[in-house]
Amino acid sequence: MKRRTFLAAAGGVAAAGAGLARPALATTVGVTATELKIGNTMPYSGNASSYGVIGHGDAAYWKMVNDMGGVGGRKINFISYDDAYSPPKAVEMVRKLVEEDKVALLFHPLGTPTNTAIQKYCNAKKCPQLFVSTGADKWGDYKHFPWTIGWQPSYQVEARIYAAYIKKNFPNGKVALIYQNDDFGKDYLIGLKDGLGADFSKFVIKVVTYESTDATVDSQVVTMKDSGADVLVTAAIPKFAAQVIRKVYDIGWKPAHFMTNVSSSVGATITPAGPEKAVGMITSQYLKDPTDPEWDKDPGMNEWRAFMKKYIPNGDLTDGGYVASYGACTTMHQVLKQCGTDFSRENIMKQVANLKNETVPVLLPGITVNTSPTNFHPIRQMQLARWAGKTYQRFGDVIQG
Amino acid sequence: MRIMSSRLVLVLLVLAMAVVPLFVSSGYQLFQFTMVVAYALAVLGVNLVTGYNGQISLGHGAFYAIGAYVTAIMMDHWDLPYWSTLPVAAVICAGVGFLLGLPALRLGGLYLALTTLALAAAVPQLLKYDLFEGWTGGVQGISIIKPDAPFGLPLNADQWLYLFSFAVAVVLFISAWNLVNGRIGRALKAIRDQPLAAEAMGIDLAQLKTRTFAASAMYTGIAGSIAAIAVQFVSPDSFASALSITLFVGMVVGGAASISGAVFGALFIQFIPNIADQVSKAAPGAVYGLILIVFMFVAPGGIASLVRKWWPAGGSRARST
Repeated sequence: MKRRTFLAAAGGVAAAGAGLARPALATTVGVTATELKIGNTMPYSGNASSYGVIGHGDAAYWKMVNDMGGVGGRKINFISYDDAYSPPKAVEMVRKLVEEDKVALLFHPLGTPTNTAIQKYCNAKKCPQLFVSTGADKWGDYKHFPWTIGWQPSYQVEARIYAAYIKKNFPNGKVALIYQNDDFGKDYLIGLKDGLGADFSKFVIKVVTYESTDATVDSQVVTMKDSGADVLVTAAIPKFAAQVIRKVYDIGWKPAHFMTNVSSSVGATITPAGPEKAVGMITSQYLKDPTDPEWDKDPGMNEWRAFMKKYIPNGDLTDGGYVASYGACTTMHQVLKQCGTDFSRENIMKQVANLKNETVPVLLPGITVNTSPTNFHPIRQMQLARWAGKTYQRFGDVIQG
Repeated sequence: MRIMSSRLVLVLLVLAMAVVPLFVSSGYQLFQFTMVVAYALAVLGVNLVTGYNGQISLGHGAFYAIGAYVTAIMMDHWDLPYWSTLPVAAVICAGVGFLLGLPALRLGGLYLALTTLALAAAVPQLLKYDLFEGWTGGVQGISIIKPDAPFGLPLNADQWLYLFSFAVAVVLFISAWNLVNGRIGRALKAIRDQPLAAEAMGIDLAQLKTRTFAASAMYTGIAGSIAAIAVQFVSPDSFASALSITLFVGMVVGGAASISGAVFGALFIQFIPNIADQVSKAAPGAVYGLILIVFMFVAPGGIASLVRKWWPAGGSRARST
């Protein structure tokens, strides 16, 4: 293994041009004089395949970068494989990327279980696992996993923001929580417990779960209504979030409904559920909502729309997945620019942890990307928004969670 | 003479399959082949109970998961060596399989299929259950460390694990071959084809059916153990109910009631999804389905039956099964 790492390093260095000065121990893999390889896995098939658009968005972004001349004189070779949201498949595909395709880094692999499965491997191989597309809190653990970093605000941050709002505006609220029985869902439970503190048991009167493999969550919704709750927190992926919205409306329940940001997308959740059925629902945002007319003349969103028009002409412009993809890609792009000509894995990680008040065209005004060697949570701010029938209306200030 | 030569070909083929990848394959490819070995054992398990004995199981993913978790828990909580976990997984899965075989006696055909499917659907949820969380790691799963080669052998971890899994598989495949080609095998097939006649011949249906379920679960459980060591990670999401269907697909595509079919089926379920992904990122599931249909048309008796036609050396023996 040591020998292989050395050989890979030697090969990379030789290919990148032996004349460049670099630290003695730097490992450069997946970089030639003309190319930089980036690896990725996505659920293009299976239960979570609605997230596949994020992979298509990523691929299109790097195509655009290449059309504009690449980064540091190099074209990006973006290689993305289907992992079907299955941890064993993710391990297989990531090993292919790291050992066979010899990518410089992994960017934006999606899913909490899949990223958990590859995290130890990536850190043992010292292969950067960057801006993973999941909001679990654990991706900020730079002490144990210095080669792994998240991007979006963590689910716990989001839940703490809801808890604070509930405490203030519904002091006598009876809260029901439905969450997906995995890391993603449980982070909301932890965040609510954190945020409500000692009052958790006073507020929360009903907690139900579902499995990502379930067919429907209708019975869970009925159970929550029967508990007498008047505040509902939903931590579900879009397919189930849409079911919750529809069922709540159909049985005539009118709770104050807090919806995870993961499922706030108009295209993926609201439209399938029925826009009129979601009126009044509250979520939190960090990205500009592509359906919000407020951003019709916004330079950042115009940049995104121009990109979509040229590179994903058939893409659904209401699907927030493309916006998230664009945001993560611009952050990655910035890191690569900061690398200059030194694309060693060490320098890549150094630049990943050196993002200062970085503005991203698709982030809400006031929200910036910040990292440091002791902060691996790039985005920590959000703003609440309410669904008004056609668009979300943001209210209150940007909150740091 | 003819039997001798066909055996020799088979032995040489198996030896080549064991040794050649060590020299020509990368670590990643060895990992894939190790997964093929695991899938082959799992599919063989399904084949024993469904292909040979006619009891349809859509729940073998559950045994696969149990085997994997037994290994992960033993390695992670008690620091036991990986090889010691295989027999334990085998015994536990055989026990669970035997117990599941009891209700299977009363349920025939489609009803048994549904019951086993229910088991497959329940297991991921049970693995997350609070009561077991201390052991199973809940939704977080368990990460384990890949073993190095023993006795200072000049092999890396991937090479060793492939060789180890392959050796285990060879022993289990030979056992299965002996089982189905002997007296018990004939009884199994008799139960599948004519249960009434089988009973009249003096075969103890209940005993044989439950024991077949136990043996079948044992095979699939060992497969799960090997897969867990190779992947170095288990979590409830690794064993979604679709896994059971995948194993069933492997059995049918490879060839029901065929020992070699398990290997072909394993190759199919390991590599075809990758090919589908290469063909189309937009709809890999649809491409996979299309390939599956094509296979069913081209090789209605499974890939094994197709190979039998083209490989005369094995023909005389294979036809008798």
